[in-house]
Order: sequence, then C-alpha cells, then structure tokens
Amino acid sequence: MSAESIETSLSSDSGRRPGSRRTGRYHILSVLVENKAGVLARVAGLFSRRGFNIASLAVAPTDDDERFSRITIVVDVESAPLEQVVRQLDKLINVVSISELAPSEAIERELLLATVSVGPEERSQVIQLIGVFGGEVVGVGSDQLSVTLSGRPEKIDDFEDLLKGYEVVGLQRTGRVALEKLGYRPARSLRALEGESR
Amino acid sequence: MQLTGAQALIKSLEQERVEVVFGLPGGAILPVYDPIIDSSIRHVLVRHEQGAGHMAEGYAIVTGRPGVAMVTSGPGATNIVTPLSNAFMDSTPLVVVSGQVATRSIGTDAFQECDITGVTIGITKHNWLVKDPADIPRTVAAAFHVATTGRPGPVLIDLPKDVANATMEWYWPESVEDLDLPGYNPVMGADPSLIEKAVELIDSAKRPVIYAGGGILKARACEALLALAERTQIPVVTTLMARGAFPDSHPLCLGMPGMHGNYTAVTAMQRSDLLIALGSRFDDRVTGKIDAFAPEARVVHVDIDAAELGKVRKPDVGVVGDCRVVIEEMLSCIDANAPKRSGAPVDLGPWWDELHGYQKRFPLYYDRDTTGPIKPEMVVESLRDLSPRDTVVVSGVGQHQMWASQYWTFDHPYTWVNSGGAGTMGFAVPAAVGAKVGRPDRTVWAIDGDGCFQMTAQELVTATAEGIPIKVAILNNAYLGMVRQWQEMFYEERYSEVYLSPDLPDYVKWAEAMGCVGLRAETQDEVIPVIEKANSIDDRPVVVDFRTDAFEKVYPMVPAGVSNDAIVVHPDQEGATR
Repeated sequence: MSAESIETSLSSDSGRRPGSRRTGRYHILSVLVENKAGVLARVAGLFSRRGFNIASLAVAPTDDDERFSRITIVVDVESAPLEQVVRQLDKLINVVSISELAPSEAIERELLLATVSVGPEERSQVIQLIGVFGGEVVGVGSDQLSVTLSGRPEKIDDFEDLLKGYEVVGLQRTGRVALEKLGYRPARSLRALEGESR
Repeated sequence: MQLTGAQALIKSLEQERVEVVFGLPGGAILPVYDPIIDSSIRHVLVRHEQGAGHMAEGYAIVTGRPGVAMVTSGPGATNIVTPLSNAFMDSTPLVVVSGQVATRSIGTDAFQECDITGVTIGITKHNWLVKDPADIPRTVAAAFHVATTGRPGPVLIDLPKDVANATMEWYWPESVEDLDLPGYNPVMGADPSLIEKAVELIDSAKRPVIYAGGGILKARACEALLALAERTQIPVVTTLMARGAFPDSHPLCLGMPGMHGNYTAVTAMQRSDLLIALGSRFDDRVTGKIDAFAPEARVVHVDIDAAELGKVRKPDVGVVGDCRVVIEEMLSCIDANAPKRSGAPVDLGPWWDELHGYQKRFPLYYDRDTTGPIKPEMVVESLRDLSPRDTVVVSGVGQHQMWASQYWTFDHPYTWVNSGGAGTMGFAVPAAVGAKVGRPDRTVWAIDGDGCFQMTAQELVTATAEGIPIKVAILNNAYLGMVRQWQEMFYEERYSEVYLSPDLPDYVKWAEAMGCVGLRAETQDEVIPVIEKANSIDDRPVVVDFRTDAFEKVYPMVPAGVSNDAIVVHPDQEGATR
C-alpha cells in the first residue's frame, strides 16, 4: 500500500482536524515580526483577549535578516472573521507584514515525533508503517520505539491516526510552517493539479 | 555629550516639547527625578499615581497634545494601569514612564518589581522595556510618534534603574526613519474610488444621518464636519466621545445617541437609510442590540483604524483614513459631482419634518417642580447658564455623567472631558486638574457624583498645592446612582450595596481640609447663589455639595441588550405619539 492511497482512504476523517486544510475553517497566516523580546506574548495575547482561536503556531527567525522572525499561525475563522484577525494583528507595532497563504498557493510542512510501546510483533509493523510514510525510526528500546515523520500536515494527520492502533507513550507535533509556492501562478489549470507537488 | 540615561530621558521629553509631567517619585524612578530639578518641564506632584494618569488624560483631551505621567516601579506602575486602560479605550495619547528594578534583578521578584510591560500589553498601543541607555532618545521619540499618530493611544516606557544611571552619548533622532518602527505605517488619505462610492451613497440617501464619533476630535476635523453637514444638510448625532465636535446649538445637530441619548438622535439612527459613521466605532452603548440596530441603513464607515471597519457592523463602504482628510476629500468629490448629476438632489425635507416631529414630541425632559428637592438636571442647566460658554466640563461615570452630557450645551470642541469606553469612576477630579493645567485660561467645572468623588478626591490636595483652581460640583444623591437606577428598573427595587449617605463624609469639611473652598446647596433656591459664589472664586479650588433628588433617573433609556426601538422615555412623556 502506498502512502498516497492511505491518504485517500483516510481523507474523510482528517477533515475535522484543526490542522487540516480540507475544510474552510482554518486559514494560514504568515506573519513577519520584529525579532524583539515579548513579540510572541503580544501576538498570543491579542488572540486570547479578542477571543480568536489558534489551531497551531510556529515561530522561528527568518534566515535572511536577523531583525525579523516569522510566525506561522493557523487561525480558526469560526471564532472571528479572518479580516478582523488580520487587521487587529496588523495594529501590533512589532508586526511588519502579514500574508494569508491559501492552501493551493503554499508549501506546508509539519514534523511529528512519537514514541510507542511495542511488543516484538508490533515493532516490525510500526517500522514498516513509518517506512511506507517515508519517516524514520530515531530510537529503539526493548519495548519502545521512537519515530519521526515530516511532511504535509494531512500526511501527518493520517500517520497519527494509524499510530492510534498502538499504545502511544508520547506524541508531539510542531504545528505547520508554510511558504508561498515557488513561481505560483493563480491559474485555474494549475489549481486543478493541486497536490502534484506532494 | 555624555549624559546619564535619566538625563537623556528628561532631555528627550524636552525635545518633544513636553510642558508638564504628572507624577510621583519612588525608588526605581529616583535617578530620573534628579534632573527634573534642572529642567524647564513643570512637574505636578500627585497624591496617587492613578491621579497622574487621569491628569495626563485631561491635559491631552483639552490640548490635543500627549499627556505625560511618571511613576515608580511595582505599585506605582500598577496604580496607573486604570488610566492606561481608560486612555486605550478612548484613544487618548499618553506617554507613561515607569521606573523598573535594575536589569540584573528583573525576574527575581525583587522589591517593588512588577512586569508592567507584560501587564499593560493589552491596554497600551505599544510599550517598551529599555535595556540600553543608548536606546532612550530613540525610544522616547518612537513613543511620542506612536502615541500621537494614526489612532492615538497610550504608550508606556519602562526604565530600569541601572539603565537610568548608566551613561550614553547624546543624540536625537532626526526623522521617523530613525525610530526603528518597520511595522508602523499609519495611513492618512483614502482610496479615491472609495470616496466616490461613499459620495454616491450620500447623494442618493433619503434619510441620512452623520454619526460623528471621537475620531472627529482626534483628527481635528470639526470644521470639516461642519462644512460637510452644511453642504449636504444631513443631520448630525454626536456620540458621548464627540460632544462638542459639532455645535449643539446648530440646527443640524440632533445631540447624543445611545443608551441615554435623546429620543430624536436614537430614533433618527434607527430610521436612517444611510449612516455616515465618521470616527465612531458602533459601541454597544450606541447600537443597543446590534442585530436590531438601524436595520434599513446602509453604512459608510470612515476610521483611521482599519480594524474598526466591520468589527461590529459591516460597512457598505469602508474607508480607512484620517477623518479630516477623508471629509475634505468627500467635500471636493461632492462639489465635483454636483454639475454632472442628472436630476434634482434628493429632497431631505420629509426626513427633517419627521425629525422635527420627534424633537417636538420627545425633547429632553425632567420634572421642573420647584417645590421638591434639587433636581440634578437643574444643577447642570444652572451651571451651564452661569458659566462662560467655553467652560471645560469634566465628568466621572454614572448618572451625573449622562446628565452633564445631556443638559450642557456643547458649542466648542475640546470642552468635554469624560471617561467613555472604560467607564472609570473617579475620573473627574484628576482629569479636571489636568484639563486646567492644559487650559489655565478656561473655567473648568468637574460635574461629579458622590460615589466617584470619593474615589479620587485626594487630588484636590494636588490642585491646592499646585495652584490649579478647578471647580467641582458634586451631584450628591447619597447613592451609587446609576447602579441604583438599574436595581430599581431591572432588579425589582431590590437595592443592594448602593447607599452611601449624604453626610458621610462631610464634603464641605473635606474640601476645606484639602485647602479648597467648600460650599453646599440643600434647596433649589440655594443653587444659583452657590454657583455664582463658586464662579467668583479663582484663587483656590472650589467644591460644591449639591444635595440632589435620590430618586431621579436618567431618561431616555435603552435597557442593555434590547433594540433601540424599545427606548424608554420619561414617564410624563409616555402618552405622546411615537
């Protein structure tokens, strides 16, 4: 079974997930901020005091200019209209620019780390599974196994669902990061091919 | 030139042409208080840091210049949190400087340490913790720039003691580009195509209303608003934050809308087919139940804060820009379009006939029976009639605030100072002190409640000590009156914790103890003489204790959460046809 077909078979489930792009409920904002103390508190505080919900949030310095960091926020637009979220964010003095990344125009990636309790039989199953998904085994103990997988958030969703068949000791996801697709042209024909870059 | 951080801070304030700082020293801010002795800046020593904040607000509101306050770390800083929140809600430009424990002690729970930048993130436009003395001039310049441009608001600079003591090489940033604010670019002018669309709606409306908010005053747009109204003959309502932005005496003025607005202003908005919202924000006190607010109205919304457009009510045309600039562009567009327009302009005659009918049937009303206790409305009317036309009126929050807004005639901008969005009781006395410092040539009357007065009255000591002769009219009904009114109307007259007593404290003695003249009026015939006496005193603060009718309620009233159509008028007016 290929990773692609696993995804297809699970796609109806994962639509409910916070990280999923299969519903219109979640939007990705890529927010360029000044790399200053307290910036994350300002952004997070704004979301909490205005009652906006965050599905995930990832922060890291940009590599082109040490003055700036990029915060990738997946926003639940059921809690507030996206326009209001963007305009309130834009009022923060340390926020330099905000772009909304439509899923079809963005490359998105997320990373998962998981440790599962496994007996001898299950161990080979999990090793096979992570292999099918293109992830890695990063630790093996007598009755436990740690794996890592990176990729599109939907792929991570699907893998996480499959892992639930085992005893998961610990699981951590990073939340997604995203960038605009290279040379993206908003033409209809290209949109029809969405997913080809997987 | 080598300066200490403290010297650089004071010199930076001088560069910003600060005339006065309201404050109170303490441990962490000690270094900064030393160079104040040698500075041209006046320092007003308050008795509580909350007073410093409200004074700075009063000063800012009447002068249009940023108010400056200075406090120490910990409790000094937390005591000014309420004024920061108040200024944030009412978009008042403030620059607050707080002392902080030394950088090496930050995070150790040191004596009088408080993470005040963390505390005030949500109630300042921005704040800064300065860790390097070389950053001080740039930070001060950035603070004033942020506080006064775009949508104005309060900012805070937190200055650790060791940074104030360290030395730096003096400089002053030459331009905005030097302020290191890559994410801050407030807009002024608007997209011409939006102006065109707005004007199309204005030209075709049959029942338009200009809904003028505090942004008119912030943008210094009163003349532009007057020109727009007169050019179009569209009625104007002025919100609580915009009282004075358009003259109450003008025939196009409908007065204040909202929960305690007059019947005509409230109903005009409800019946309108076009609301032209200029620097106003569809506050719940104005809209009542939002789903039922102005159901037939299209909306043109002009605001310098893009986040206000669509926050509460989705506009048909939303224009981001400075109110003065946008109104002037609208006027040019109206003039340019006039010759091109086919057919006659819309006749607003029927709309005005309807509005005049409301004004005639439902004027502001109270029972003028001359035999009973003093009516608070009568005190406000008498103060208005016996004081100069350009008197600055300051109020606290509650019934007295509504009566002051309703019964004063505001014909001049920047003569009304109140706490609108935050509803901060105790605002009046310190804000009046700040207003008088900013406008020493004007008569300043604080119209206060007995509940409010007790919260911040100690600042009258400041007023006496500093020679700031404000006047305070306490509408003393012995109750937390607005709460009492709600308990009477909505809690079956079950009065819970609202009685204060008319005599405890003795306001006259208290005033005298604070170096003021204390006066009292207990009957209606004492009202005018006591006001005349108060107005004749100009060398000291005056406090007048008006013993008013405890049963008087503020009318009209739209109960919270219901439609503005359900406006409750004074019982004596209930028979009139709506």
